[in-house]
Amino acid sequence: MNRVYFDHAATTPVDKRVLEAMHPYFSDSFGNPSSVLIEEGGAPRQALDEARKKVGDLVGARSDEVLFTSSATESNNLAIKGLALAHKNKGNRILFSEIEHYSIMLQADYLRSLGFEIDFVKVDAEGLIDMADLKKKVTKGTILVSIMHANMEIGTIQPIGEVGRFLKEQGVLFHSDGAGTCGQIPVNVEELGVDAMTISGHQFYGPKGAAGLYLRSGVPMRPLLQGGFQEMGYRAGTENVPAIVGFGEACRLAQEEMEGKVARLTRLGRKLWAGIETISYLHFTGHPQRRLPGHVSFWIEFVEGESLLLWLNLNGVAASTGSACASNVLAADETGLKASHVLTAVGVPPEICHGSITFSLGRDSTEEEVDYALSVIPTIVDRLREMSPLYEKAKGGK
Amino acid sequence: MAQGPYSDKVMDHFMHPRNMGEIEDASGVGEVGNPACGDVMRLYLKIEDGKIVDAKFKTFGCGAAIASSSMTTELIKGKSIDEALKLSNAAVSEALGGLPPAKQHCSVLAEEALQAALEDYKKKQSAT
Repeated sequence: MNRVYFDHAATTPVDKRVLEAMHPYFSDSFGNPSSVLIEEGGAPRQALDEARKKVGDLVGARSDEVLFTSSATESNNLAIKGLALAHKNKGNRILFSEIEHYSIMLQADYLRSLGFEIDFVKVDAEGLIDMADLKKKVTKGTILVSIMHANMEIGTIQPIGEVGRFLKEQGVLFHSDGAGTCGQIPVNVEELGVDAMTISGHQFYGPKGAAGLYLRSGVPMRPLLQGGFQEMGYRAGTENVPAIVGFGEACRLAQEEMEGKVARLTRLGRKLWAGIETISYLHFTGHPQRRLPGHVSFWIEFVEGESLLLWLNLNGVAASTGSACASNVLAADETGLKASHVLTAVGVPPEICHGSITFSLGRDSTEEEVDYALSVIPTIVDRLREMSPLYEKAKGGK
Repeated sequence: MAQGPYSDKVMDHFMHPRNMGEIEDASGVGEVGNPACGDVMRLYLKIEDGKIVDAKFKTFGCGAAIASSSMTTELIKGKSIDEALKLSNAAVSEALGGLPPAKQHCSVLAEEALQAALEDYKKKQSAT
């Protein structure tokens, strides 16, 4: 068995067709798209326009509502800080869900230092936003709410449309991090009622180094980078043309091939779910139905997440974990060693859960790979439990 | 190997833990750690004539915690109690070819488990 890659939420390989589309813009059509008066700038400029249209088409936006950035992290930073600063004359209160990506969560302290007030909206045990809590917390002076479309650790897809309608009535700006959903499931910014949405391409066979931000026409936003007049002044800096071209092409292909991919991934995901369900002391995370296709996440009592991930890897299966230990293994010190904020928010008790596992399947995943993963997991779980002093206690031993 | 954050030695002890299990009639047992922190380590010692003749462990934890436990049992087998008392977490980490900065506490836990097991042994000795 070759490597079984079940970590598509982390990143995907670049589609060969995408790579081909990018190729001319490295050495041949190398011009600076801002060099509008010379011939060399023409083709790159046109390529950017085409890519912008493809990204817009994927999410139901107009071309001029799509900005290119370097990553979903940058898009999240630009949206939150840029909107907050442009609208601070209307109020200073900003709400995040408590399960946002770090590129949203970790902006809280910085924004507080600028005088903003940050509060967090609760989610329920399945990771769905608590609408009553949201309605309670959207008080006078609230200018911006950011709630992700889907969480990649637990797979839950939020009722963004419902949130969008409520916030529109309240006259509050709404940003949604769509890194987990754009290109994976149908997304339409009009139906969702968002004012800004983060779009990332390297989870659906686009290259790393280019991402997008949808910004509703007419909504003021302050840029983070000062410099040239690229991206309508919202994002100075010479564009990463090859990566942006690849991002656009990946969006086009994702839209074209979405229906079949969603159906296949849903079927494979269900099969993996059903197989994993037979393991004792296992708890699935996220919502059982409202979840990303091909996404299965869980934790197992008496089995530490990093050890499970390492053993899966040694058996040829790539997954990811929200384990406190694993997520911080590269940290410079031990200060960040705590349970995943996502698992804590959905009420997973930190004293019995030490890291969840996330399997995220991709368009090339097969039944055979699912069968193989299911065949190795029980042996690994038994081995780790056998070593665990907690397991024998739970079994009523010494 | 050693592509990840762990040394080959750590991965070797993680994949092939030495002395994993229990000692039925242990002379001393030490359990340290806290499930909320993600590591629980239990160390069993068999001591005869002031010498550690056998050591076994059971550990719930990450790769570094398992490797630190395994290495500790190897380092103390055949040692006298006084020698074992001197074993530091730095020695465990060094024997493993180093641990990532965020994982040093795993070797500290191993040192503490050893101290606790020796403490337990002394208590049992004075009780008889």
